[in-house]
Amino acid sequence: MIRDLHNKLINQEITSEQLTEDYFSRIEKKDPKIKAYLSLNKEFALDKARAVDKKIKNGETIDLLTGIPCAVKDNICIENLSVTAGSKILENYISPYDATVIKKLRKCDSIFLGKTNLDEFAMGSSTENSAYQITKNPHDASRVPGGSSGGSAAAVSADECVWALGSDTGGSIRQPASFCGTVGLKPTYGLVSRYGIIAMASSLDQIGPIAKSVEDAAIVLTRISGKDEKDATTMRSADTIYENCLMGDVKNLKIGLPKEYFAEEGLDVGVKNLIEKAIKKYESLGAKISEVSLSSAGYALATYYIIMPSEVSSNLARFDGIRYGQSIEKEKNEENFILRDIYFKSRAKYLGKEVKRRIMLGTYALSAGYYDQYYLKAQKVRALIKKEFEEVFKKVDVILGPTAPTPAFRIGEKTANPLEMYLADIYTVTANIAGIPAISIPCGNAKIEGKELPVGLQLMGKWFGEETLLNTAYTFETIQ
Amino acid sequence: MLNRAEVKKIANLSRIEITDAEAEIYSKQLSDILGFVEKLNKADTEQIGPIAHITGARNMVREDRVVEYGRETKARIINNFPEKKDRLDKVKAVF
Repeated sequence: MIRDLHNKLINQEITSEQLTEDYFSRIEKKDPKIKAYLSLNKEFALDKARAVDKKIKNGETIDLLTGIPCAVKDNICIENLSVTAGSKILENYISPYDATVIKKLRKCDSIFLGKTNLDEFAMGSSTENSAYQITKNPHDASRVPGGSSGGSAAAVSADECVWALGSDTGGSIRQPASFCGTVGLKPTYGLVSRYGIIAMASSLDQIGPIAKSVEDAAIVLTRISGKDEKDATTMRSADTIYENCLMGDVKNLKIGLPKEYFAEEGLDVGVKNLIEKAIKKYESLGAKISEVSLSSAGYALATYYIIMPSEVSSNLARFDGIRYGQSIEKEKNEENFILRDIYFKSRAKYLGKEVKRRIMLGTYALSAGYYDQYYLKAQKVRALIKKEFEEVFKKVDVILGPTAPTPAFRIGEKTANPLEMYLADIYTVTANIAGIPAISIPCGNAKIEGKELPVGLQLMGKWFGEETLLNTAYTFETIQ
Repeated sequence: MLNRAEVKKIANLSRIEITDAEAEIYSKQLSDILGFVEKLNKADTEQIGPIAHITGARNMVREDRVVEYGRETKARIINNFPEKKDRLDKVKAVF
């Protein structure tokens, strides 16, 4: 889709201004129902689009992303725009700087339409934890879009943007991509800079694209990846052109099926059938399919629910009502308050329930007397999981399975029981724990209660193996 | 199982004010999650060392230098202070 629009732009069949206007009118028409966006950036976006049109008229060479309208998850900072992270504690907060990914996209003259909804601080699997609004699944408005990048996935799915940025800590790009019928890529940990994303769990967070095709995701990845001195965990310089790695051929590619993934009792039969169909397709395209075992991956979700909240409890200590964000200090009748009251009361009032739950869980796991039992143990199991992936990737090139155990669930279905909501991430968290890249691509629709709902196929690759991973996804998507 | 008093202690360490009723709810929810993660005890980690992150990178350093930001950026940072006096962040007394 990006390449088509790009060609139309350089052939001057359309202008970026027209294209951007079209997207804003679609947003005005559709978004009152979908509620994917938290804020729009209309004036600046149209100014930028007009500047791009001038460049094209002057015969300047433009990038594939130039003049193409996109959406940005509202936990990624864009200078001089609000960034809420879906939380009341950051209401009216204006970012003083650009995230590195935004800086890179500005160099490409990307058009930022607006900021999309998310679970508060990206903590959730349905976008119902947003402190502002509930985003609806474009395929069935009574269902969730997934989360936490639910706004980005819904906006792409409803064509309220060409592509969007999301962030993925335990599945937050891939699970909503699966629920909304879009492509979602979580890159290898360290491939994309995290500078300027509001941190949730720093050893797990990665920014990545949500797009309408694998090629689009590859085009975006090429432009946002690379070593950044502002993020000490970024590992490689940007030299791979991922969109040039899409060969449309998987002959002799070794695909592993983790038997544990298919034995999971929560796996919906409609999802399972579609994944099995996808396996047959890969086989017919010449891939070598074999069963693999990821026995310690069964511990991934439990490991995640120690490591993630531990890092959360530390990262979110900065929201204390002192330097930025909402504060009880602004309110009247606080004459007798001391500093400590500002911390306790600001956090109590402006942080949501799930956020508090995770902060407390992490504080507990790190507290004296429990550290060894929980955090240290989880770090060891993490090493175990990583080791197991290293062994499996000696035998296969790519691992295949479902992205989520079910298609999109109903709004309100899982909100009463946090643990049940956590199980929606059972297949996705493993890639974050191991730091490997993973992509969700649409593999058909499952019929649930008379509705056709999209299902995602998850492919996981080797560390920095995005070329193979994207080609494997692309081949499935394009070859009939 | 975390009881209400333990939840209150954790909330205190987390710098979050909670009511007794909230402590009751969190006590059940946090206990459920802790019950779920108990399964980690079954993992044999006798022979394995812990890792804090996945990249294996160590001591990544950058040049220690002052980066000057423009007046606009500084003004934006100051504008985000909940309470201020001139260009200073105004805070409550510690005691």
